[in-house]
Amino acid sequence: MSDMFAWMYSDVVKDHFMNPRNVFSPDENFSYDAEGITGSVKCGDQMQFMLKIKDDVIEDVRWRTYGCASAIASTSMLSDVVKGMEIKEAYSIKPNDIAQKLGGLPDNKIHCSVLGDKALRAAVDDYLVKTGREGLFRNEGTKVICTCLNITDRDIEEAVKAGARDWEGLQERTKIGTVCGGCKKEGEELLHEYVHIFA
Amino acid sequence: MDRRPVYLDYNATTPLHPVVKDTMIADLDLYANASSMHEAGRRARARVEASRAAVALLVGAGADPEQIIFTSGGSESNNTVFATMFHLGRKGPRKGIVTTAIEHPCVLNSARWLQSEGFPVTFVGVDDHGRINLDELQAAVGSDTLLVSVMAANNEIGTIQDMAAVSRIAKAAGAWLHTDATQAVGKIPVDVDSWGVDYLTMSCHKLYGPKGIGALYLRKGAPLEPLIRGGHQEHGHRAGTYNNIGIFGFGTAAELALAELPAYAARVTALRNRLRDGIAQKIPKARINGHPVTVLPNTLNVSFPGAEGESILLYLDLAGIHVSTGSACASGSLEPSHVLLATGVGPELAHGSIRFSLGRDTTEAEIDYVLQQLPPIIARLRAMSTIEA
Ligand SMILES: Cc1ncc(COP(=O)(O)O)c(C=O)c1O
Ligand code: FES
Repeated sequence: MSDMFAWMYSDVVKDHFMNPRNVFSPDENFSYDAEGITGSVKCGDQMQFMLKIKDDVIEDVRWRTYGCASAIASTSMLSDVVKGMEIKEAYSIKPNDIAQKLGGLPDNKIHCSVLGDKALRAAVDDYLVKTGREGLFRNEGTKVICTCLNITDRDIEEAVKAGARDWEGLQERTKIGTVCGGCKKEGEELLHEYVHIFA
Repeated sequence: MDRRPVYLDYNATTPLHPVVKDTMIADLDLYANASSMHEAGRRARARVEASRAAVALLVGAGADPEQIIFTSGGSESNNTVFATMFHLGRKGPRKGIVTTAIEHPCVLNSARWLQSEGFPVTFVGVDDHGRINLDELQAAVGSDTLLVSVMAANNEIGTIQDMAAVSRIAKAAGAWLHTDATQAVGKIPVDVDSWGVDYLTMSCHKLYGPKGIGALYLRKGAPLEPLIRGGHQEHGHRAGTYNNIGIFGFGTAAELALAELPAYAARVTALRNRLRDGIAQKIPKARINGHPVTVLPNTLNVSFPGAEGESILLYLDLAGIHVSTGSACASGSLEPSHVLLATGVGPELAHGSIRFSLGRDTTEAEIDYVLQQLPPIIARLRAMSTIEA
């Protein structure tokens, strides 16, 4: 992966950091159909997405953040990408897709860039609830982490939101890693990331 | 950008003083091994010893220049003290290590290393201003305490400790006292006797000298176990062929620092106060961290609620202003500044903190430029923030 400074000063990233797209402005009176917020100030970053949706297509989007430069740049890019997109497709966007568009992301910045898509999904989920379709996309765009038991990253996320804080707690809720154990490393990494974001 | 960058990160490191630079360039050809007996070696050695004397004078040890040991810098000096304690503690009855929660990582991690080796280690807390809690220190120090290590001045917030008071507590218990004075030397008067310390760490690149050279002051009679074994240099305390050019640069930097200290302190204090007052006046809810008075003259640490530190740093950088932050993001870890957290500043404020550290080249025009650039940056970040300032 590219190093932090080379990345931060690539033309694309710099442009999105200097001129972030679709940033929420209080005076604009942006009216929206759904919103999602994730992260906490305690962790040093928090992200909010607001969506205007028509016929399940994202017509317009605003976001705001208490976050670092990488969060600003990647969310700005994300907000551009999802405009005009069907909510189902938007739901499946991975941080990596955005990172690619920004020319890769340094390892130590991956954490900062995941908030955007999480807040976006929270906003879509909010819309699904409002339109009586709660949980419709639950399995959209997920990645299987534990192949023995078919446990996805989304399952881990849900378990953390439900209170899992360590590997044992996660196993209690999901049974992850109880067959061959080969998923432990990746599972623990995700657990750590989600605890940081959601706990 | 056609203007010179505004460098306000002197606590991270300093540029060479022009006189130091000239001396180093002039001395580049003094290549002889300062341990050699021939004329060239003796000439180099004389310069090494003159540098040692200048460094000793700077920390109030002018009468005992041989108590100064040259090292590769602050990290090595600190590590040498902790390695010494490792050997002492293994053999002797005392094993307790008492230090503070706000030390530089090279002390914190050395203390944690001893902890992992079974030494009882206490990290004493600090008050809201970053001053060590003396009652807590008193309670932590006892007849089993081997070492008390308290930094003289903090690199992030600039708070200066009352070393004489710390010394009274350490000495009453019969413990060795070390201070990491890396940030203090060259910025405030330093005196090993009135501070009552047995070991004092310094680093040359913080006082307008070259990097990779530092020193450890060692009181007569205080034990020392070499970290680097080898030849007989430095009385066997630290092996390795003398770093001529680094040592000469250190000597010159030390001389200049001592001579320029009063003028330096007056100048940077005035500029720092101008920056502090300007920020307080122009940026609502800015919070000054650290001690209001007992603080390094060049250091200003401010939290900007509602704005994240790394973003502030990078917007400033794009405006040609170089600072540092206590935000987690900038460090690549997930935790914000351990120093600010120890002073009771909440994580939100720690993530939104910026350290401005001024230096001898800082000008009033530069401060005014910062005061012009900074407020719109904070306002902009706050406008796009999910949290209220
Ligand atoms: C308080 C303190 N101690 C130790 C060090 C390390 O010094 P050096 O870079 O010379 O190893 C620093 C510098 O970063 C410092 O600020
Ligand atoms: S992959 Fe998870 S237990 Fe085998």
